[in-house]
Amino acid sequence: MMFFDTHLLSLTIWLPVIGGILVLALGGDHNANRIRWTALAVAVVELLLTIPLFTRFDKTVAVMQFQEKYEWISEFSVNYHLGVDGIAMPFILLTSFLTVIVVISAWQAIEKRVAQYMAAFLIMEGLMIGVFSALDAVLFYFFWESMLIPMFLIIGIWGGANRVYASIKFFLYTLLGSLLMLVAFLYLYYQADHSFNILDYHDIKLDLTTQKLLFFAFFAAFAVKIPMWPVHTWLPDAHVEAPTGGSVILAAIMLKMGGYGFLRFNLPIVPDASHALSGFMITLSLIAVVYIALVALVQSDMKKLIAYSSISHMGFVTLGFFVFNAQGIEGGLVQMISHGFISGALFLCVGVMYDRLHSRQIGDYGGVVHSMPIFAAFMMLFAMANSGLPGTSGFVGEFLVILGAFQANFWFAFLAGLTLILGAAYTLWMYKRVIFGKVANEKVAALNDVNAREIVFLSLLAVFVLGIGVWPLPLLEVMHVSVDNLLNHVSISKLPIP
Amino acid sequence: MNFVAPNISPAIPEIFVLSMACIILVADLFLSDRFRIVSFLLAIGTLVGAAFLTLSDMGGERVYTFSNMFVDDTLSDVLKLAIYALVFVVFVYSRRYTQDRGLFRGEYFVLGLFGTLGMMVMVSASHFLTLYLGLELLALSLYTMVAFQRDSATATEAAMKYFVLGAMASGMLLYGMSMLYGATGSLEIAVVKASVAELGVDNLILVFGLVFVIVGLAFKLGAVPFHMWLPDVYQGAATSTTLYIGTAPKLAGFAMLVRLLIGGLEDLAAVWQDMLIILAVLSIAVGNLIAISQTNIKRMLAYSTIAHMGFLLLGILSATPNGYSSALFYALVYAFMSLGGFGMILMLSRKGFEAENLDDFKGLNQRSPWHAFLMLILMFSMAGVPPTVGFYAKFAVIQSLVDVGLIWLAVVAVLFAVIGAFYYLRIIKLMYFDDPQTDAPIQSTVDVQVLLGVNAWALLLVMPWLGSIIELCRQAIAGLQ
Repeated sequence: MMFFDTHLLSLTIWLPVIGGILVLALGGDHNANRIRWTALAVAVVELLLTIPLFTRFDKTVAVMQFQEKYEWISEFSVNYHLGVDGIAMPFILLTSFLTVIVVISAWQAIEKRVAQYMAAFLIMEGLMIGVFSALDAVLFYFFWESMLIPMFLIIGIWGGANRVYASIKFFLYTLLGSLLMLVAFLYLYYQADHSFNILDYHDIKLDLTTQKLLFFAFFAAFAVKIPMWPVHTWLPDAHVEAPTGGSVILAAIMLKMGGYGFLRFNLPIVPDASHALSGFMITLSLIAVVYIALVALVQSDMKKLIAYSSISHMGFVTLGFFVFNAQGIEGGLVQMISHGFISGALFLCVGVMYDRLHSRQIGDYGGVVHSMPIFAAFMMLFAMANSGLPGTSGFVGEFLVILGAFQANFWFAFLAGLTLILGAAYTLWMYKRVIFGKVANEKVAALNDVNAREIVFLSLLAVFVLGIGVWPLPLLEVMHVSVDNLLNHVSISKLPIP
Repeated sequence: MNFVAPNISPAIPEIFVLSMACIILVADLFLSDRFRIVSFLLAIGTLVGAAFLTLSDMGGERVYTFSNMFVDDTLSDVLKLAIYALVFVVFVYSRRYTQDRGLFRGEYFVLGLFGTLGMMVMVSASHFLTLYLGLELLALSLYTMVAFQRDSATATEAAMKYFVLGAMASGMLLYGMSMLYGATGSLEIAVVKASVAELGVDNLILVFGLVFVIVGLAFKLGAVPFHMWLPDVYQGAATSTTLYIGTAPKLAGFAMLVRLLIGGLEDLAAVWQDMLIILAVLSIAVGNLIAISQTNIKRMLAYSTIAHMGFLLLGILSATPNGYSSALFYALVYAFMSLGGFGMILMLSRKGFEAENLDDFKGLNQRSPWHAFLMLILMFSMAGVPPTVGFYAKFAVIQSLVDVGLIWLAVVAVLFAVIGAFYYLRIIKLMYFDDPQTDAPIQSTVDVQVLLGVNAWALLLVMPWLGSIIELCRQAIAGLQ
């Protein structure tokens, strides 16, 4: 088991990448079924492989676990250095779980260039897990940027009418943010006496102006990714144009990398700047929570509505991070995980309807419950979870964040609390217009209810949405020590002693 | 006064290439068109032989010969090996293309080998005269290669432009060298270095000479504002010639830059640093911005070359060994990316059809997923997106800037890299998101297929060995000091 423990992260990163290449090698669309089964097999093996990360994880210590370290580019002291703590590990499981779901959901929806589609998702899975487990800044950057390539292709090849615009906007937006982060890494490399080890960066003394500049360099990368208002405009475009699987991964995992980045880089490396700029961050977060929720309310395209809802929920996450207490940060983390399941589920629901009617417009639907009762029940659950109903995972995170915000300022909590109303308003109003009411047209009346395959992935997601809602303890336990350790870092000033 | 025979052993590869070029020139006269392939094989064999000769003599001390006019050090060995490899692949890539267009003639290979010889001399020069000799040998071969397609008006025009502007640049360079000679009293680079150290940076003639040298270098490299010839030549020349011009000569240009600025005038770094900053920023900005509006892919890659040369200068201008070795790494990576990029254009061209326009790449993924993927790697590598090696090249250069505190310059460089990413992405968009305009099968020979595959995949799979390559670049630069 020693080998297994010390190479587990590498295995989870490279297995899907190699699996993806294998799938590509299977070739053309004439043996699409073999491709689908191979892809599913790879994804399932990968999921099984990530489970030991959870079961063998030591919840009592904050150190990085499952560490691996090899020399890579010795001239720049770049190492192949992996490891996870309680903050990163849940995201890896989320990634491997959702990739299985995405592979299943694409079974019938994707018929052209199946091998490339499946391969793109598998390769992206490996790269995303790499982002969450890299402890070397260059390695982190390597995964962070590489994963743009498959996503760019996914949006561009299998996307909707305006896919070219959306994919290029997505790529350039994220590239700009990341390159500024790269400059920040290089600056830190020389400050930390030629080290790219992210953990070494936690101990560098930096004056406040430098810290603020670094903060904004990281902000450029992570605020674009998560995304925060006002740099969110790429997201609705990307979401609307992406195929269902692309939207799911984008909303459920890629956005979370922005939040993860704030926790891994901004808070511990430049804590003084984080404190000094917390007002700025909280303001942007609250604008996202309230204003973007209002924007979501008036959308007529379901995918766009869910995209705006994601931005609004992510505002909640950044709010939780920048009130600097355990409830806030843990709440933000739980919110990210839970939003991964919920937004993924909602996009899949839209995908289920889109596969049948080829429309995402709310106006084209109505009375779907009459023809698709099982589906309506599933979607009801996810809609409720999205609006933060107690008993679903959506509630836990929002509740914790509001608790944390209360400790900082009553008005933060008050404004954040509005999301419970607004979130319910836009989600349930959409649900009402789509699912209830009179049957809108003949096409809706002729809809077939979900088939066994669709029931499988919707119920898998439902289990987690309810599971985390009812019993969040295992998740919180995993995070707790790491979050405390992080808060400890944030509370120590990194200003040089004059 | 007695005559001492010079030690010719460091120059054996050069002598070999020269003899072989002459042999091919003569032998080709006796070959009919059916057996033209023999010249091709001989040319290729020459490069392989030269590589063996260089390898067998590698890894030693720095050796001067011919009265200190010629040097054999790690830098020259590394660059020469890369040049052999590049020219070798250029010959293989262009075989079918030149055969289809009646350019597959003995002179083509002879000129290619003379150009190679010129590059080898430039790389090994330790004297202004040797450097100039090598440069002119290369330049004259290139002018002729461009003009080789004599029934093409654009090629003739390009050759004319190239010749006139190239001659002017050589004049500038010579003029600068003569001033340096006036100030220091020597043409030998090591002696110049010693005198410069004595004279100091305030010597007017020295600085004046430096300006002209830099103008000449900027012309040869194609840095803005001395870039005008480059897009026209790239577009006008036959693609096989563009492939030649766009790859190995860049390494020779780099060598010239290093020999002159670092070998000879490093003590004037404070002066040339400012000039290079202007050249580099302008090159990156103009190259990337103008490339966006191009519809001809050769022209687009020409502007992309200008931008890449700007990045190369960024590495040099940090004036540290770290920066020089980063620039060397960048030059090597760039040469191989460019090789693949133009190789791809060659491969897509058919008899009577030039795949010159961006639209010719439309829907390549549907015509041939394999080739589209190779081009994808090449384009992302040029854009500097990981996991391709192009990223590490940009990374190395940018870190050398941050090292000397030029953070604003690093930020400018990355901002323009984002702008540059756009036009590379557009090619990927054409290949993957659009439908093909033609369903003509892609004809190619096995050797090209294999080499192109290796060329592109190497940009991706070299990752684990990056450390050793960068280490080698460090050693090559360390050998200069």
